[in-house]
Order: sequence, then C-alpha cells, then structure tokens
Amino acid sequence: MSMIEIRNIHKSFDGTEVLKGIDLSVNKGDVVAILGPSGSGKTTLLRCINFLERADSGEMVFDGERFNLNAIRRREIARIRRKTAFVFQNYNLFLNKTVLENVTLGLTAVRKLPKAEAKARAMDALVRVGMADKVNSYPAQLSGGQQQRVAIARGLASEPEIIYFDEPTSALDPELIGEVLSVMRKLAEEGMTMLVVTHEMEFARSVSSKVLFMEGGRVIESAPTAAFFSNPQQARSREFIRSILQSRQG
Amino acid sequence: MSERLWDILVSSFPRLLGYGLKVTLPLTALSFALALVISVIVAMIQYAKVPVLRQLCRFYIWIIRGTPLLVQLFLVFYGLPQLGVVWAAFPTAVVVFGFNEGAYMAESVRGALESVSRGQMEAGYCVGMNYFQIMWHVVLPQAFRTAFPALSNSLISMMKGTSLAATITVMEMFRQAQVINGRVYESLALYSETALIYLMFSTVLTYLQRWGEKRLGQYGAVK
Repeated sequence: MSMIEIRNIHKSFDGTEVLKGIDLSVNKGDVVAILGPSGSGKTTLLRCINFLERADSGEMVFDGERFNLNAIRRREIARIRRKTAFVFQNYNLFLNKTVLENVTLGLTAVRKLPKAEAKARAMDALVRVGMADKVNSYPAQLSGGQQQRVAIARGLASEPEIIYFDEPTSALDPELIGEVLSVMRKLAEEGMTMLVVTHEMEFARSVSSKVLFMEGGRVIESAPTAAFFSNPQQARSREFIRSILQSRQG
Repeated sequence: MSERLWDILVSSFPRLLGYGLKVTLPLTALSFALALVISVIVAMIQYAKVPVLRQLCRFYIWIIRGTPLLVQLFLVFYGLPQLGVVWAAFPTAVVVFGFNEGAYMAESVRGALESVSRGQMEAGYCVGMNYFQIMWHVVLPQAFRTAFPALSNSLISMMKGTSLAATITVMEMFRQAQVINGRVYESLALYSETALIYLMFSTVLTYLQRWGEKRLGQYGAVK
C-alpha cells in the first residue's frame, strides 16, 4: 500500500492553470524525483502536497486516510504535517535562532518534549548531517550548504515518515552542492522516504527509485529511475534528458 | 553672570531634575509601555488582515496622526468632562500620549513585520507550529529587531513630548520650570536649564538604544 497517494490535483494562479490533474503515489522507502523544465509546476505540486498552497481540487490518501485537498481542515493539515518535513530551496532557517534552537523549536513548541530530550534528539540529527560542531552559530554565520544541512536536520529531528525537498541545491554555489547531496544520498540509503524536486540529473539517476517527469502542469512520464533514463517512453522525456546531458557537456 | 542668577540656577537644578526623575520619566515609561502594547496589537491585526478590526485600526491611525497632540490632550482633559468623563491629569496624559505615539509605532511595527520573509512563516508551519507560535517564536522577535531604531525614536520623542502635559496641569519638569520662573522672571536661564536636563535624559536614552541594538544584533548577519 502506498504511503501517500495524490489523485487528480488541480491548481490555478490568477486564471493560469499550473497543475492540470496530477497523480502521484509514493511507497514507504521510495525516493521519488520530480523532474521537468522550469515552470512545469514541480514546486507548486510539492507546495500543494504540504498545504503551503491550497489546491483547487484533488484528493490525498495519507497513511490510509483520505482527504479532499480543497476542503481539508486546519487540524487535519497539522496532523499530516507532524509526519512530514519540508526542505526549502532557500533553507528558511529561523534567522533569530541558533542552529540548535532551529532544530529543537519544533520539538519543544509543537511536540512538547522536555528540553533535554529535544536537545538530545536535535544533536542526533545534527550529527547525521555533520553539523554538530556549529550548534551555537546563527544561520547568517553559515554557508548555504551548511544552512541547508541544518534545515535537513530540523526535518529529521521530528522523525518524519517522509521528507519533501524543493530544489534543495538550486540556491547553492556549485562547490556547496555536493555536501547537501551526499547527506540526502545517505538518508536514501537509510531507507528514508523522500519526494525530491530537483534539477540534479546525476542525483536523480543514482539515488532516486522512481522518476516523475512533468511539463506544462502535467505528468509526461512516470517510471522507475533506471527505465526512465535508459529507455524513456515519451519523446518529450528523451528530448529533456538529451538537452540536460548536452548542457552538462557543453 | 550675576550672583543672583547663579543662585537661581543652582537652587532650581535639583528641583527640576527631581521632577524630571519623579514625573517626566515615569510618565514617559508608562505612556511608552501603553503605546508599545497598542502598537503591537494594531500592527498584528493589520499584518494578519483581520477583517473589520483592520479597518478600525486604519481609522484609529488616521484620526491620531491627522490631529495635533496638543489638541488631543485638550479634547480629553477639558472636552470630555462635558460628557461626564472626568479623569485626573496624570492618567489623562498617559492615555493620550500612549494612544498618540502608539499610532506611529504601529506603523513602524507593521513595516517590520512585513519585512520578515514569508519563508519564515512557511518554515514554521512545516515544523508543525501554529500561527501564534510562529509569531511568538520567530516573526515578532525578528520584527522587533527591525523596528527597534524606529521605536527608540518614538521613545525619545515621547520623552520630550511629555512637556506638553504641563498644559493640562500635570506638575512635571517643564511645568515646574514655569512655576519657578513665575517667581524669579529668568526665562532664558531657567528654560535653558530645563532644556539641558531634557538633553541629558535623551542622551541616556540614546546610549540605551545603542546598547540595545548591540544586544539584538547578536543573531544578526555580519559581525
């Protein structure tokens, strides 16, 4: 049974339809890469799934529970969000909090864990992303790659069932991308369920288990990763892969 | 300088300073506390776009900013008694100063709230916090830091503005200077002396502002 299933999701902004009926299903342990050119609706899809945008219509099944994406209640959203984590393109660490506080805040304020326990869990998470030596730094004192790793730790600390990544390396200088991808690779190997919007083809190819290729608000192709890269079924997918590989070489 | 003038200045200084410390500063502190509460509430209502209340807040700011402080003082102290609302002078001053400066400060706080990146709010939701938790832990502290210089401005301007309370019979520092002057007729010397004490007070507040900015700056960017 899938952990998350999305059916026929639609979303418009000011009369422009950005998502035109998308289906998606993620099983436990899956790493699903959402690929596609800019403006294809990838980020909007992810934001709708975590309710940062309200979908116009569509259905979600999360852990066997069914929700209408347009009519979902605030309390239901809060309950689902407790099982998920979201990593933003711009990290969005709390700027007035230290690294440690960034990770503990959700644990103490939301889950009401005692301070000591929250700290222990936060330290575990920070060790996993290699940021345990920066606990007292503020976000402004860290590089982009370090901030993004703290953001991942913030997500991990709540022990989510799935982590959503919205172009987690797109805002990073090229030399900082590797450290973030290697953390994500490690999480994938540990069996974390992940839904990743990305432009990193190599990462998608080597880490993801499934690819969703989007364009113009629709899913063009959805396939296991190996099949998608070795034998794409759709002309558009082939073109996209070729253009990406060419821009790499050129 | 004549010996008489020197004596007047020397004997009036501790008196004026005493009224400054015992009346002007407490009046400032109470009014500012009230203004701070009002401004944060008014700014948050506008930031959250609460219907109806938001229009009320705009109306409040429009009225207060559009009329002179002196007229507001007179209206409440001399005007309202005709409707049966009689307040003592000191509380009247606190309320009028508080509501007056509160309107300006509300705009400073609102601007500061709006300058906090939207992503901070979204990240808060994603870690499971609700609106008020995010405001309390994340958005307000950041906004406070941004608004701090503007709020310090308001505090200093309010401290000097309390001299207007003299016009509604509050016996504060400036009113005391008037009283002394009524006996000795040395306007230039006495009002200069009074101005000097206000200047001392605002100098201290300026230092406090600098100290506060340094403390708040800790989690800031460039060190």
